[in-house]
Amino acid sequence: MASLRVLVGCKRVIDYAVKIRVKPDKSGVVTEGVKHSMNPFDEIAVEEAIRMKEKKLASEVIAFSCGPTASQETLRTAMAMGADRSIHVEVDANQAEIIQPIHIAKLLSKIAQEEKADIVMVGKQAIDDDCNQTAQMTAALLDWPQATFASKLEPAEGGLKVTREIDGGLETIQVKTPTVISSDLRLNEPRYATLPNIMKAKKKPLAKKKPEDYGVEIKAHQEIKKVEDPPTREAGQKLETVEELVTKLKDGGFI
Amino acid sequence: MFSKRFAVQLQSCVRQFCTTKCLTANAQAFEYPSVSSKLVKELQGIVGQSNVSTAEAVREQHGHDESYHKSSPPELVVFAENVEHVSHVAKLCNNNNIPLIPFGTGTGLEGGINAIKGGVCLDLNKMNNILAVNQEDFDCTVEAGVSRQTLNSYLRDTGLVFPIDPGADASLCGMCATSASGTNAVRYGTMRENVLNLEVVLPDGRVFDTAGKGRRTKKTSAGYNLTNLFVGSEGTLGIITKATLRLYGIPECTASAVCSFPSVKNAVDTTVNILQCGIQMARIEFLDEVAIDAFNKYSKYDMKVAPSLFMEFTGNEGTLAKQVDLVSEIVNMNEGSDFKWAEEAEEKNRLWKARHDIVYACMALQPGSKPYSTDVCVPISRLPDVIVRSKELIDAAGIIGFTLGHVGDGNFHNLFLINDDMPDQKAKAIKLSKQIAKIAQELDGTCTGEHGIGLGKKELLLREIGEEGLEIMKQVKSTFDPNNIMNPGKVFV
Repeated sequence: MASLRVLVGCKRVIDYAVKIRVKPDKSGVVTEGVKHSMNPFDEIAVEEAIRMKEKKLASEVIAFSCGPTASQETLRTAMAMGADRSIHVEVDANQAEIIQPIHIAKLLSKIAQEEKADIVMVGKQAIDDDCNQTAQMTAALLDWPQATFASKLEPAEGGLKVTREIDGGLETIQVKTPTVISSDLRLNEPRYATLPNIMKAKKKPLAKKKPEDYGVEIKAHQEIKKVEDPPTREAGQKLETVEELVTKLKDGGFI
Repeated sequence: MFSKRFAVQLQSCVRQFCTTKCLTANAQAFEYPSVSSKLVKELQGIVGQSNVSTAEAVREQHGHDESYHKSSPPELVVFAENVEHVSHVAKLCNNNNIPLIPFGTGTGLEGGINAIKGGVCLDLNKMNNILAVNQEDFDCTVEAGVSRQTLNSYLRDTGLVFPIDPGADASLCGMCATSASGTNAVRYGTMRENVLNLEVVLPDGRVFDTAGKGRRTKKTSAGYNLTNLFVGSEGTLGIITKATLRLYGIPECTASAVCSFPSVKNAVDTTVNILQCGIQMARIEFLDEVAIDAFNKYSKYDMKVAPSLFMEFTGNEGTLAKQVDLVSEIVNMNEGSDFKWAEEAEEKNRLWKARHDIVYACMALQPGSKPYSTDVCVPISRLPDVIVRSKELIDAAGIIGFTLGHVGDGNFHNLFLINDDMPDQKAKAIKLSKQIAKIAQELDGTCTGEHGIGLGKKELLLREIGEEGLEIMKQVKSTFDPNNIMNPGKVFV
């Protein structure tokens, strides 16, 4: 099959190992001074794109991220893993707070068209908002077929054969390129960037853009009213008899 | 009550005036005072009520590790959140002659944390900050509660790794305390070679940095090497609260392979040949046919059931290919066959995970059993001799025994299954282990390459170091821990 150009979306999120803390004013979570890294599902997407290049199914891998200046670190990681070049759509700190999947989908679809991408790949969801919307919205905007929750990708006539993880088990579908894919956990195990590759990545092209360059306005569609910790778990009580249990349930208004 | 107090006072007098020999003899016979409710309150005052536990389940869990030694629960478990807590707790225990045992992940293999003399177990897991990663200098500093996998996950974007891999997700400071090693030692060395500095709390509460505060150089000639005194001290000299560790670049390319041999000697000879050629392997692991069988069953592989070598090659594309060629030649020379390769990340990880799971795989052959493993290490040229002889002994004894290990370092394990329902098997296993350790010692080797002395190898240490050597070690111990509260009953007879 013809060599494909793959556009991979990466999001900079709080590292999965960090213990999340809610801000005292309950407006959100603490992000200052907290370790950030590439969304794990996006790492899987980048890894898959690079493997396609290694198998000569893809000719070029372009990494994309929309976020504050620090998102460039995420793109350098993607290039250290093997992406050829990247595009950073920079937003300021305020805009970064209100970005939603719809904005990313609009950007991705514009860039996909500009770059003549054959495959747009993203992680199935980001671990901070768990939206699971970007791939689907992008496919709708581009009017391209979509294959989400991909756990296996194989070449097929005119497109790809995708095995998807669904509630009932595994579903295998065939999609024509150009197409949008979202990666699930078991698609692959991403490689770690090695020092020589990190060095090389510093020299790879990183284009700096703004949302306006693609005709996208970052406008808030929702307002977060409050973010809270779940209620603290209270100590349990050991009861001696069933009668005691029934009394306690009655007293508590549960029955 | 009165006589106990009298005994304590007499003990302190005895301590002040006796020689070291007398001291330790008394300490052995000495029954430490119990933790009083007054002491519990004082400890709660230091760390807070929620950080002191007398719950049976918590104590039981803190009284055993992954070895076959039954749980000896401490009287109390105290959780420290910072080095000030550790210092005050240590001082309090020291002033009251209460045994103190530092606790990391409880993944040791020698009963090192079992509280056989009661006392306080000091759990350090809440001190879990990664304090610094100096990418350009290839070093990092971590607190006692940081585990190996946590650190490597944190480092994954930097291209750096802490390669010492004992299998378990052990705490890094615990690995310092036991001078841990692992499958990668043939290339990266053991903890001994990779600890640049330690923050240690002594029983009297003093906190100090073994190489000086903030020092993190690759080499130093400044004063005594206190860092390496504490590496391997198994909690008997002080509590390690921070470690500065050497980092390495993730190798550019790695490839793993398994190959089989017609006999144990062929496999081990291959290893010796590879090392004597100066080929820089990342890992060379040996598994005998008994271990491979368990391995296949547990991890669902279909390796040829024969003595095998698991190998990992690293380098860049050019050097990797050359290494592979050279090793293939040596393997063929020694009648090796059935080379199986793993190149993709998933396959390699699966292979090495299965290798690390070998202990569980072996135990699965006799569910309900616990593992008991020898840990002998000899100069490489003696390896074929000691492995073949150990296998002969096992066959003669007629019990299940697996032979596997880091042959690249001259270190291997005979793994036995211990089942309290089968005392005959247990007795044979223990007897065999001692015999094998003695053979290793006769061949210029050591009874423990990486697990430590802990509870079960105290007599072997005496045999290995000799009476005078042991006396000198005890003198060092009494300098740091005159009241013998630090992990009593371990290491020394």
